[in-house]
Amino acid sequence: MTDTTLQTPVERGPLPLPAAVARPLIAVGAVGTIASAFMSWTWTPDFPGNLTIYGYPAGLQILALVAGALTLLYVLALWRVKGLGWLNPAGATSPVFLTALSAFAVCWFTGIAIAVDLGGLVNLDPGAYVAMVASLLPVLGALALPHPAPGTGLKGYLTKPDQPRPGTLSPLVERAVVTVGTALGLVVFTYGIGIDDDDSETFIGFLLICVFAAWGLVHAGLLDRYTTMSTRHKGFAACLAFVAAVIFPFTQSNDHNANIGVNILIFATVALGLNIVVGLTGLLDLGYVAFLGVGAYAAALVSGSEYSPFQVHFPFWAAALTGMAASLVFGVLIGGPTLRLRGDYLAIVTLGFGEIFRITVNNLDGDSGPNVTRGPNGITQIPDIQLFGFNLGDAHTLGSFTLGRFANYLFLMLIITAIVVLVFTRAADSRIGRSWIAIREDETAATAMGINGFRVKLIAFALGASLAGLAGTVMAHVNYSVNPQPYQFAGAAPPNSAFLLAAVVLGGMGTVSGPLLGASLLYLIPEKLQFMQNYELLAFGVALILLMRFRPEGIIANRRRKLEFHETGQLDVPAQTTLSEDTAVTKAGA
Amino acid sequence: MRFGGLTAVRSVDFTVNSGEIVGLIGPNGAGKTTFFNCLTGLYVPTEGTVAYQGKVLPPKPHLVTQAGIARTFQNIRLFANMTVLENVLVGRHTRTKEGLWSALLRGPGFRKAERESEARALELLEFVGLADKREHLARNLPYGEQRKLEIARALASEPGLLLLDEPTAGMNPQETRTTEELVFAIRDMGIAVLVIEHDMRFIFNLCDRVAVLVQGEKLIEGTSEVVQADERVIAAYLGEPFEGEPGAAEAAEVEAAEAGAAAADTAGTVATAKAAATATDTADATRAGTAEGEGEAAEAGAADVEAAGSADSTEGETQ
Repeated sequence: MTDTTLQTPVERGPLPLPAAVARPLIAVGAVGTIASAFMSWTWTPDFPGNLTIYGYPAGLQILALVAGALTLLYVLALWRVKGLGWLNPAGATSPVFLTALSAFAVCWFTGIAIAVDLGGLVNLDPGAYVAMVASLLPVLGALALPHPAPGTGLKGYLTKPDQPRPGTLSPLVERAVVTVGTALGLVVFTYGIGIDDDDSETFIGFLLICVFAAWGLVHAGLLDRYTTMSTRHKGFAACLAFVAAVIFPFTQSNDHNANIGVNILIFATVALGLNIVVGLTGLLDLGYVAFLGVGAYAAALVSGSEYSPFQVHFPFWAAALTGMAASLVFGVLIGGPTLRLRGDYLAIVTLGFGEIFRITVNNLDGDSGPNVTRGPNGITQIPDIQLFGFNLGDAHTLGSFTLGRFANYLFLMLIITAIVVLVFTRAADSRIGRSWIAIREDETAATAMGINGFRVKLIAFALGASLAGLAGTVMAHVNYSVNPQPYQFAGAAPPNSAFLLAAVVLGGMGTVSGPLLGASLLYLIPEKLQFMQNYELLAFGVALILLMRFRPEGIIANRRRKLEFHETGQLDVPAQTTLSEDTAVTKAGA
Repeated sequence: MRFGGLTAVRSVDFTVNSGEIVGLIGPNGAGKTTFFNCLTGLYVPTEGTVAYQGKVLPPKPHLVTQAGIARTFQNIRLFANMTVLENVLVGRHTRTKEGLWSALLRGPGFRKAERESEARALELLEFVGLADKREHLARNLPYGEQRKLEIARALASEPGLLLLDEPTAGMNPQETRTTEELVFAIRDMGIAVLVIEHDMRFIFNLCDRVAVLVQGEKLIEGTSEVVQADERVIAAYLGEPFEGEPGAAEAAEVEAAEAGAAAADTAGTVATAKAAATATDTADATRAGTAEGEGEAAEAGAADVEAAGSADSTEGETQ
């Protein structure tokens, strides 16, 4: 491996420490952080997670342990310890800084949280002081290392360094890497979802370490490599993700977490449907949640609830088809007149239609209209789904595992999500998908190329609507009831149109994994940070503004979107182009 | 075609035969692009129809393309965030039928159609010389290649008539020459081509026939020689010589007045006035001469441009 650090002009970091001191300082700090996790941080178990026991890390201490270990690994990689070179292929110093920052953030956050929650510094045990001091050392040490991007000041630590082009591994090794990556993802997700709902502090620590560690991995170029590997083995990665999701309920002893899982999947599936409309076709739909509502209501009405005016009990597949068909019809009815509009006008009209649905459902209560939906009371007592002789409402035992009601629904929803993912990817990569993207790019040119704009947009709208309707049918059963309240434009909890749109934009428009990730985050964060409930919309707004400023293409960027927002010039040069061509093109571009 | 009270294009009758390159020229604002937009259904003509191969076309862009008329745009309108290959594949839209269901089910028919589309698109990219850039985003192509890609995309819809709206705008002479060859190659494929262009050398080299559009009306249509010789064309581009020469008279008056103010002797004033008149005459004569010269040396493109240049400067003087 070539030594890239020697090629760049060496600029000292902002701290005037000799380089010989910096690295040991980081290592000592990291080890100290790890050690502190085994000490007591506070005297009382009142603080969430019980950080009082020596030799037994819990809650935030585990997070500190992980962050310390990561920092240690990265500083060892910088020392060129054999076998760790892959962690930091470019030999950049900024991953060390960022991982050190993650440990620092977790330890200091915990210390401050203990002092604030329990009322005073007196509540801190020696372990907490050790952790805070030890986690500060690597940050200082990292600032004394050679500057990652000379001449850019502190900003240089936060901009991604250039990466050497990765070589290719054998397919088998790559698959193994993807497997390990998926397993890691499952562990992280399971840990996050497993944090008790009242443990807001632990969840914040979890978010902190996730953000900084992920940032560090991006700087090290590992996430990029992982992404290329998993795209190279797309089908394999998708299957693994599915398997991981199937494993998830088995890791949970608490059915409540499975409930969160189901709701995330429902939310994510609807977001994926919306992604067809917004991400691929570029139609800003602000009333999309209405389609979810139509599906849910349609399924509720025909599934044998005693409050339904239609006394029929369809089997689930028929109820699901009814929900889809109802959403489809609703989508075509709304799309027919509105899709002739473009841009802002379409957004306003869809917003209006979305509200019309909610208000109508609210009024079909027998007083102001025929009694169909029982107004604000909604339709309750929807019986559980019977599928192949299984009642999804009962807990089932599988070996030593007990799968509760929500775990059953989680499996059902997983299948539906898989179907929706398949529909999305197949539709996107076809003649019709290309015409959607063409319409998004330039509608006039698209019609001049022979695309019937209205028809194609209507197909996108109807497809998105029916996928949302399908998710709605499951949602009605999972929640036992439907009522108009969740189907509004903006509310404090998902799903509502604003959150759905945010999930798509936050995750990354036009991608599959983007909305899935965005939906998970947007569902989990409000769920786990209950104390923020009153400020949720405020925090949500601030987060969106920050995201739009710093990463407008979303967390997981579609290649196109990435290029659209960051004009770095040659990001799209296919991997096989040689280096000389590459520089030639860059010169021509400059 | 009328926009409110303004008639942009009025009763333009036009026939293009297959295997023929026809040029459409005219000064800025003559209605050339409006005419294109009417042809391709982007504008709905207030009166009149567009017929292709004897069939009247409805004013819907996608139906026009379906029928076999493809176009490029004056300001490049590629799908900027799609790859080069995808851009051409979008052009194949009208010639393939696979809908949503076949895309979801991925039957053998779908795969075959996709493979064929891709092969055809690659062929076209080879044809315009962009095959090695098929994975690039369209937005990252240099200007000249974007123009080429737009032509490839239009060709992908297998048109019988190709409308090119200023295909060489902003190109250097070398790029213009390659575009010229490209258009000839397209003609040789049996496709009729209608070109709007301001580059006269390009248009007179290229076209079998040239039509001139002035203020929304067709002034003349004919071979390069005929059009170049036509005085009305020159007048449309360069303005007409003043009848009664008010400019000269005024100039004479002004000079006379100045001369009077200077108050030399009367004879001197008269002489100056005469001199002014003569100068104007000479300018006109130059102009007429150039026009004749154009008519004679129709094939020498360079001569045209120079002539146009000198005529231009003459106009400047007259004004």
